[in-house]
Amino acid sequence: MAFDPVLLSRLQFAFTITFHIIFPSFTIGLSAFIAVLLARHAITGRSQDLELARFWTKIFAISFAMGVVSGVVLSYQFGTNWSRFSTVAGNIIGPLMAYEVLTAFFLEATFLGIMLFGAGRVPGWLHLTASIMVAIGTAISAFWILAANSWMQFPVGHEMREGIAFPLDWLRIIFSPTFPLRFAHMVTAAYITTAFVVVAVGARFALAGRFPDHAKTMLRMGLGLAVVLVPLQILIGDMHGLKTAEYQPAKLAAIEGHWENEEEGAGVPLILFGWPNQKTETNDYALSLPHIGSLIVTHSWAGRFPSLKDFAPADRPPVPQVFFAFRFMVGIGFAMLGFVAWGVFLWWRGDLMRNRLFLRIAANVWPVGFLAIISGWMVTEIGRQPWVVTGFLRSADAASPLTMHTVLVSLALFVLVYGVVFSAGIYFINRLINAGPTPHVVGAETGLPSRPLSGAARSLSD
Amino acid sequence: MTGLEPYLPLIWAGILATAVGLYVILDGFDLGLGILFFTTRDETARDDMMSSVAPFWDGNETWLVLGGGGLLAAFPLAYSIIMPALYIPIILMLLALILRGVAFEFRWAAKPWHGFWDVAFAGGSTLAALAQGFVLGGLIQGITVKDNAFAGGPFDWFSPFALLCGFGLVAGYGLLACCWLLMKTSGGLAAHARRLALPFLLAVVFCAAVVSIWTPLRYPAIAERWFSTPNIFYLWPLPAATGALAFLVFRALRRGDDFIPFFGVVGIFLLCFAGLAISAYPYLVPHSIDLWQAAGAPESLKFMLIGVSILLPVILGYTIFVYWTFRGRLRVGEGYH
Repeated sequence: MAFDPVLLSRLQFAFTITFHIIFPSFTIGLSAFIAVLLARHAITGRSQDLELARFWTKIFAISFAMGVVSGVVLSYQFGTNWSRFSTVAGNIIGPLMAYEVLTAFFLEATFLGIMLFGAGRVPGWLHLTASIMVAIGTAISAFWILAANSWMQFPVGHEMREGIAFPLDWLRIIFSPTFPLRFAHMVTAAYITTAFVVVAVGARFALAGRFPDHAKTMLRMGLGLAVVLVPLQILIGDMHGLKTAEYQPAKLAAIEGHWENEEEGAGVPLILFGWPNQKTETNDYALSLPHIGSLIVTHSWAGRFPSLKDFAPADRPPVPQVFFAFRFMVGIGFAMLGFVAWGVFLWWRGDLMRNRLFLRIAANVWPVGFLAIISGWMVTEIGRQPWVVTGFLRSADAASPLTMHTVLVSLALFVLVYGVVFSAGIYFINRLINAGPTPHVVGAETGLPSRPLSGAARSLSD
Repeated sequence: MTGLEPYLPLIWAGILATAVGLYVILDGFDLGLGILFFTTRDETARDDMMSSVAPFWDGNETWLVLGGGGLLAAFPLAYSIIMPALYIPIILMLLALILRGVAFEFRWAAKPWHGFWDVAFAGGSTLAALAQGFVLGGLIQGITVKDNAFAGGPFDWFSPFALLCGFGLVAGYGLLACCWLLMKTSGGLAAHARRLALPFLLAVVFCAAVVSIWTPLRYPAIAERWFSTPNIFYLWPLPAATGALAFLVFRALRRGDDFIPFFGVVGIFLLCFAGLAISAYPYLVPHSIDLWQAAGAPESLKFMLIGVSILLPVILGYTIFVYWTFRGRLRVGEGYH
């Protein structure tokens, strides 16, 4: 494959967005968790909640910084690398992004100052309010990003004039058909991801016998949230799948590896394993369950849905990537369900802090949410190909007039800088976790360093 | 609202100019602190510089996102021409802002082995300022446009003029940061900032003067705008006021005043910015695409105008609130770091 500028721009966008998505999906959940801890502290006065809030705020600060800087990059790439997309879809995407900046970015960025540096300088209620504002801001941000993305997946509410999209009905644009479930799916995923990180940190402390009370709180809060959200997420995912079948049949056919239309009444099998072969238009080494494909997608025994061959080869997404990414995501989802069920069972038996096998596994579950989100994002974004905006703008026609070398050099620089920055970030987060929550001295508020990270630095050097 | 339609591009140009102006001033002084990192190896001084903006930098940088996002939203055509034309300086700026932004957190977390993040903060801030100057210079020079798309090469922006703009902005941000430190710190660091402010001020005056002479010589349209009658009668106070402000700042620095220099320099920035706007008007991509050609759909502009009219005052309100919360001088040993 030749390295043309379009392909390189796609690689660059995929690379930068994959790194970026890790941080918002973590900070959406984490900011809410911190706000809950601070609120609980305000009600009960338990110092442990405050210590936990401070501990997680340090980790939040590092994650948020990485999310911000990698997000600024994305907002500019629409212009630098996808200028024809900006010309064609700018009238729609532009205002949605502008509303994100106005309603979300400023809210979170401004109140972050009070959240991080305000403890001990402003009254407790204001510090709590700032934390709630940050949590709300991160969720509002997801709202606008997913509104824009959903419109690109299935554009409605506009009309085309001389090849440029003009808005007709903003409510239809924002609440396009795939938006509500896509938004619910993403936000739920973000909360689950954070819950698993919290559980993992709790388990790590429990195994090491450090901070047992904090560890128990984290395990319980994480599992308690996950036991509600994981089954709910599977339900939302299923409903989202039905919407995909309705509005993006080519993507769904790729997800299912569904090449041929079946005879009337035969039903579509579910391909459990297999290797989609785009040359022969079949699945190699396929292991399939008859009728189950129909059952999942149409919720009926012999329901039919379009197959890949209903679309011209040029209009089909790359099948293997979508097929495998989807199975990976769903696999993680069910593994999470099993893990959470086990954890809640142990909790009910009173063995949560004693079962070392469970704790050992739990200490290592922190990445699973991120992996599920990245693979889900791949399903939805690669599945939209070859379109940037489904039906009227192909990726190949959306790129900027750039030379191959320009994009190659910028991509190499992004890989280098992200490599350094994100490895360092993960290293620092890990160090903060090792240090653990610092005890809160009642009545010594002003004597404590109110900047969380230097607090960490001090406790590390002790 | 139909009567509003012809004015929408003008209103939006004003909103974007406000966002970019606020960005240049607010992120200007925190980028400038990075530039000042090069002038001292004293660790406490560096700690205090960073602490003085740590609660604000994130909000400051958001104005850049509003500037970029707003350009896409209000003038999609201009956005899709300017961004690829200035690809190299914009990507350099983004990479530099990444290094500078994470340094705010990493530097503290890495202590006592934070040498690399000091370099990242200083280098990133300086490179970001330089790249923004290149963007400005590249924009003033004009962009090769064919069929409403960028049609030039990757290094079109690179010129002695763009370099001059780059150095001018580095000096300007450095000067802003010096004046910021006069307000926010005391003792040795404030004295250090006062000593540095004068050479930075001279560099700024020099760059601004050269740009003001160079552009009308090179672009007859700009000479026509400034020196034709009756324009010259309305416009002469602008350069005069800039010069007067520069003198005022110079005197205030010599006298030991802590607050006048910062606001004087902000004034100089705003006047230079107004001068650029007067030179460029009505073009958004100078010499080729004007505001009305570049404007997005009126429905889009109106939809956003509703949001901006309600939200911008709110945003300004809580921005001021946060600055008020962290007002006053950084106290030695206590600080909010």
